Amino acid sequence: MSTALSPVSQQSHLELHGRMSFATRHYWAISDLVGGLRLWRLGLTLGWLDIRLRYRGSMLGPFWLTISTAVMVAALGFLYSELFKLDVAGYLPFLALSQVLWGFLASMVSEACTTFTEPEAVIRSTRMPFTVFSIRILVRNALALAHNVVVIVVVFMIFRMWPGWHLLLALPGLAIWTIDSLALTLLLGAFCARFRDIQPIVNSIMQIGFFVTPVIWKPDQLSPRATALMPLNPFYDLLEVVRGPILNSGMSHMTWVGALGYSLLLCLISWSFFVYARGRITFWV
Amino acid sequence: MKETAQIDIEDLSVWFPLYHGSARSLKKMALAAATGRLGRDRREHVVVRALRDVNLTLTAGDRLGLVGANGAGKTTLLRALAGIYEPVAGRIRVQGSLNALLDASLGMNMELTGRENILLRGLYAGLSKPDLVRLEDDVAEFAELSDFIDLPVRIYSTGMVVRLGFAMATAIKPQILLMDEWILAGDAAFMERARVRLETMVRSAEILVLSTHMTTIIQDWCTRVLWLDQGHVRADGPAAEVLEQYIGKPLPAPAPADALT
Repeated sequence: MSTALSPVSQQSHLELHGRMSFATRHYWAISDLVGGLRLWRLGLTLGWLDIRLRYRGSMLGPFWLTISTAVMVAALGFLYSELFKLDVAGYLPFLALSQVLWGFLASMVSEACTTFTEPEAVIRSTRMPFTVFSIRILVRNALALAHNVVVIVVVFMIFRMWPGWHLLLALPGLAIWTIDSLALTLLLGAFCARFRDIQPIVNSIMQIGFFVTPVIWKPDQLSPRATALMPLNPFYDLLEVVRGPILNSGMSHMTWVGALGYSLLLCLISWSFFVYARGRITFWV
Repeated sequence: MKETAQIDIEDLSVWFPLYHGSARSLKKMALAAATGRLGRDRREHVVVRALRDVNLTLTAGDRLGLVGANGAGKTTLLRALAGIYEPVAGRIRVQGSLNALLDASLGMNMELTGRENILLRGLYAGLSKPDLVRLEDDVAEFAELSDFIDLPVRIYSTGMVVRLGFAMATAIKPQILLMDEWILAGDAAFMERARVRLETMVRSAEILVLSTHMTTIIQDWCTRVLWLDQGHVRADGPAAEVLEQYIGKPLPAPAPADALT
């Protein structure tokens, strides 16, 4: 029967102190990150299984994501183009794209809150890099996004819109999203494990974010003065770094400055908190 | 690459903060901060001292049994050794690959199929692709799942779930093996095959740390016993000696001839 399978992920050297110096704390946080990336196949599998389990037993499976987004975009599209007196052909592709991209951002933020409380049983039964669970949330949401992209493609095809090769400029934006998502899961995952009432607060903030950010309304509906202030809205900057290139809407440099600035800030806060909290998360979940 | 296994623990303390109900909430923290009571609130956190100044050195060949009442800190010590609970004070040094069998359900998801559960368990252990295949073969064969392997664990019989959990837990052989007593539960009814498999794993581990209430198992398997009492080390020494102190009377029978080690 048997084998000499031996665990390799577990560090074969482990030295932990009660009073850790600043440098030691950073060392452990970095090794968590590296260890998590090394176990990327685990994170990938966990994220994929999450999506599969969510639609277990249903015939269309994850394509329900696509369908519900399509229904929502179609309904909202016709309703709002009527309300805002906009041309459907101009408005619907904008709405489809915005709605899908915002959907990713919103669910990423919301699910980041339960990054570590969800797998508490695993966290308490084996030493595992916390980054594994961050990757899992990112993968899960990226897969949902991939299913929704179908809606964008179909709407663009119906209205015969081809974004052109500017599309590729969305790639740096997606890279920023990836990094920000991981930072967000480490920060909110740990913070929400410690303080259980953060999640509802976060969800309320995202609700407000949805209305103050041009997702269902177009930025050119604003006065020029208000438009100039838009880059101050972090949600706008982050949405626009991916949406702008696809719509070829001529992004201002301020949007890039804002997106990079806010991302840097997020990463800094997230890292500082993770370095401080990493060893305590197990006691919080 | 393979070094001999070694564990050093110096003055290890592990405390659990208890965030009672609202003490955990932001509201209370914010109110406390606004009224200048944050400091006091901090000190008023109820803390459970699960382990206090534990010292322990284990080298290759050691078989340690942990005994003590419920809540004495046995499982906490196992978790600290596994690097799950990081020390509040003191130092832990562990050298060697380690596997902790603390929770039968690690990675076991009732909604997933047997095959998916085995894959996840292998990925948690960081196995390479060829090793994942070997793991699957080994576990499937031992657990005798046959066609059920591609069905959700939810529909398995109780016996199949136990076999699958046991087979996964015992498939990976570490240098340092930490065991909580769940794996021995229902020992009487346990198949002979399972016993052999478990003993093979125990024998191949360089260091064994086993937490149990069953003194006969400790007599069979352990050479050394650590008696924990409310987080303190009450006694540490040769198995027979400490067990007699712990039970409070001489041990019933000498260890059987087929004992390990």
